Amino acid sequence: MAKPVGIYVKPGSSKENKTGSWRTERPIFKHDTCTDCRICVMVCPDGAVFGSNYIYDPDYDYCKGCGICAQECPVDDIEMVPEVR
Amino acid sequence: MNNQESNTKPKERKRKEKPPVEESLLAMGHRACTGCGEALGAKLVMDVAGPKTYVATATGCLEVFSTPFPESAWRMPWIHSLFENSAAVAAGIEAGLIAQGRDKDVNVIAQGGDGGTADIGIGCLSGMLERGHNVLYVCYDNEAYMNTGVQRSGLTPFDARTTTSPYGKKSWGNKTEKKNLPGIVAAHNIPYVATASVGYPFDLQRKVKKALSIKGPKFIQIHVPCPLGWVYPAHLTVEIAKLAILTGLIPIYEMEYGELTRSRKIGKNRKPVEEYLKLQGRFKHLFSGKPEAEEELEKIRQIAEKNIKKFGLA
Ligand SMILES: Cc1ncc(C[n+]2csc(CCOP(=O)(O)OP(=O)(O)O)c2C)c(N)n1
Ligand code: SF4
Ligand code: SF4
Ligand SMILES: [Mg+2]
Repeated sequence: MAKPVGIYVKPGSSKENKTGSWRTERPIFKHDTCTDCRICVMVCPDGAVFGSNYIYDPDYDYCKGCGICAQECPVDDIEMVPEVR
Repeated sequence: MNNQESNTKPKERKRKEKPPVEESLLAMGHRACTGCGEALGAKLVMDVAGPKTYVATATGCLEVFSTPFPESAWRMPWIHSLFENSAAVAAGIEAGLIAQGRDKDVNVIAQGGDGGTADIGIGCLSGMLERGHNVLYVCYDNEAYMNTGVQRSGLTPFDARTTTSPYGKKSWGNKTEKKNLPGIVAAHNIPYVATASVGYPFDLQRKVKKALSIKGPKFIQIHVPCPLGWVYPAHLTVEIAKLAILTGLIPIYEMEYGELTRSRKIGKNRKPVEEYLKLQGRFKHLFSGKPEAEEELEKIRQIAEKNIKKFGLA
């Protein structure tokens, strides 16, 4: 039998690595003025914003706290606050 | 934005409910820098391409941050090529799928950074285009060799400071303008070439969808700001990407069989180039107030002017 060449790893296994510990700032989704546009979902480089029907929240296990979602939210419904651990 | 609508509480609003957000095909936990534009670009591309996509990725940040052994962020068949040959590897995948009769309803994507695409990988890319493989090539343009510590590439813009194009007594940064890579690709007379930006994610995803609906070789170059190499705070990635377009420095457009078919107009929204440049440390030396610095800024204004004319952005 032919020997496999190269390295195989499990798809999506990067989730083992909880990047939430990188955060120095934490996005707070206020659920106040949200228009359900989902721009926060689109612009998150980590694909860490989840939810439906006007209620969206980051997965804090992975959110790195870049603040792009807060910067881009057209109705200022996301606020960045210092991360406290 | 409709203010009346935004003042009402969720339950009072009448709108068709969208399905809940699903996990991206580029899984969380990858090691891209906080606010990485390249990670954002790849996420947007993969989520349009879908799980039935074979991906070959050249060496570079995207490959390194997504696959630290023994983990992988990819939730589709994925292979790491060499730095220079993702186009050739993807071409081989496509040929193999055809030979096995498994080429229906699947996509093949080759991808790489600006260095991997415009410089070292340009030969393999050209060969893939010439042979007519049914492959989408995506170039993530963060305008330098980021993974090895910010060396200039053929797509580094004029006067940008990198470690190999430093600012100093005898230098204003990178001496050359961005290589016209989409033009070189379009000269292969392929069905579809587009430029896009993470500043306009909906436009980007439309272009990926369109490209994947076309049989044959196609190419998309995506402008992806890099907070580390461009030296700016991470929350500005999308903002800076938008300003690159609104200043005319990065034109976004589509070409079919070598002809320009559509471009994103900036019209009255046009911004002075300084608004884009001054946010980034790599252009800081242009804001010293010296007369020579003003001359350099004027050269950059001329680049924007040239783009606006050439691609009909006014
Ligand atoms: C043949 C070869 N030369 C050099 C390298 C070292 N190398 C790895 S990644 C990289 C830079 C990648 O730059 P780019 O393609 O722009 O991708 P980015 O990291 O910026 O996303 C270099 C020079 C290599 N892996 N192989
Ligand atoms: S702060 Fe950054 S990583 Fe966290 S949810 Fe917002 S966009 Fe995503
Ligand atoms: S160096 Fe730049 S491109 Fe590389 S992971 Fe960091 S932000 Fe992304
Ligand atoms: Mg690069």
